[in-house]
Amino acid sequence: MAAAAADHAAPTIDALSQFKLEPLGFIGGAVNFTQANLLMVIGSALVLALLYYGSKPRAVVPGRLQAAAELAYDFTYNMAVEQIGPEGKRYFPFVFTLFFFVLMGNMLGLVPFSFTYTSHIAVTAALAILVIVIVTAVSLIEHGWNFFTYFFPSGAPVWLAPLIVPIEIISYLSRPVSLSIRLFANMVAGHVMFAVFAAFIVMMGSAGTFGIAAAIGPLAVNVVLMGFELLVAALQAYVFAILTCIYLHDAVHLH
Amino acid sequence: MSENKGPGGSFDERLKTARTRQGLDRPERPNDAASDAKTASSLGVGMRVGVELVSALIVATAIGWGLDRWLHTLPLFLVIFVLLGGVAGVMNVWRLVGPAPRT
Repeated sequence: MAAAAADHAAPTIDALSQFKLEPLGFIGGAVNFTQANLLMVIGSALVLALLYYGSKPRAVVPGRLQAAAELAYDFTYNMAVEQIGPEGKRYFPFVFTLFFFVLMGNMLGLVPFSFTYTSHIAVTAALAILVIVIVTAVSLIEHGWNFFTYFFPSGAPVWLAPLIVPIEIISYLSRPVSLSIRLFANMVAGHVMFAVFAAFIVMMGSAGTFGIAAAIGPLAVNVVLMGFELLVAALQAYVFAILTCIYLHDAVHLH
Repeated sequence: MSENKGPGGSFDERLKTARTRQGLDRPERPNDAASDAKTASSLGVGMRVGVELVSALIVATAIGWGLDRWLHTLPLFLVIFVLLGGVAGVMNVWRLVGPAPRT
């Protein structure tokens, strides 16, 4: 991020080129394998490695890695069961996969010279559509045609149906949109801020001695921002997972 | 001082404080994780409110425009669904910040 801005000869703020997809090498170009895909593979491999090497020792008193793996498992398991109910056990693997895929995307994106695959709406929208399709499928399987009573709350006057039903349908369909936009917008905003303040450092640094002293300001901002972005990365992955759980709860219990 | 009343209130109260001191009782959390996510940061709530409003409007506009394109009635459904989308957005926000509706 900082290095990307420093590459420019002219001190302009180029905040968006960091999101450009670059196919990797000859084979990557042939099959459109970009750095985003590479980071997805790395992120998934890291989660699998954590679980594999974390559960390998099977110690009664866990080591650091095992403790981390158990913490990850317990945290997601409790979230799924608390939010969805006892049926949450069935959906725990899905929630776990989703949570850690998003978390890895957000976290790996904060490593310098890497790439945030969750900053592309194509990725977040694909995840959100997956969520909504699964949620709809679950409620159709669980409740059959009763699923459609979801769009008309019981107790409302029948003559209001032409108004309520379209509103409820729009509200239901806006879930994947808000889910994907929230994650994508948070990630893009954070990384754009990084790039903008990094460009300020370069611009001030090129303005003589006083500028170099003043450049400490945006540098400090970027340091603070990194801490803040770590929070946002974890929080947004958590929000994505918890909303999936809430939607699954609605699907299982219908009102 | 009656027999089951110690210096620190009744036996139950003293047991409770002792258990809490030893960390045997989990401190009672006011609500579950969903409201944790809500109260996690006011910035997050503001962001969510904005996103909910806009996303409902996006969906409604898309539906209205699609219906018009299909039925060749251009402004009609677009106008209707933009209004409905605004209502749905406000309803999303109400569900987000309003009181919990059920059990």
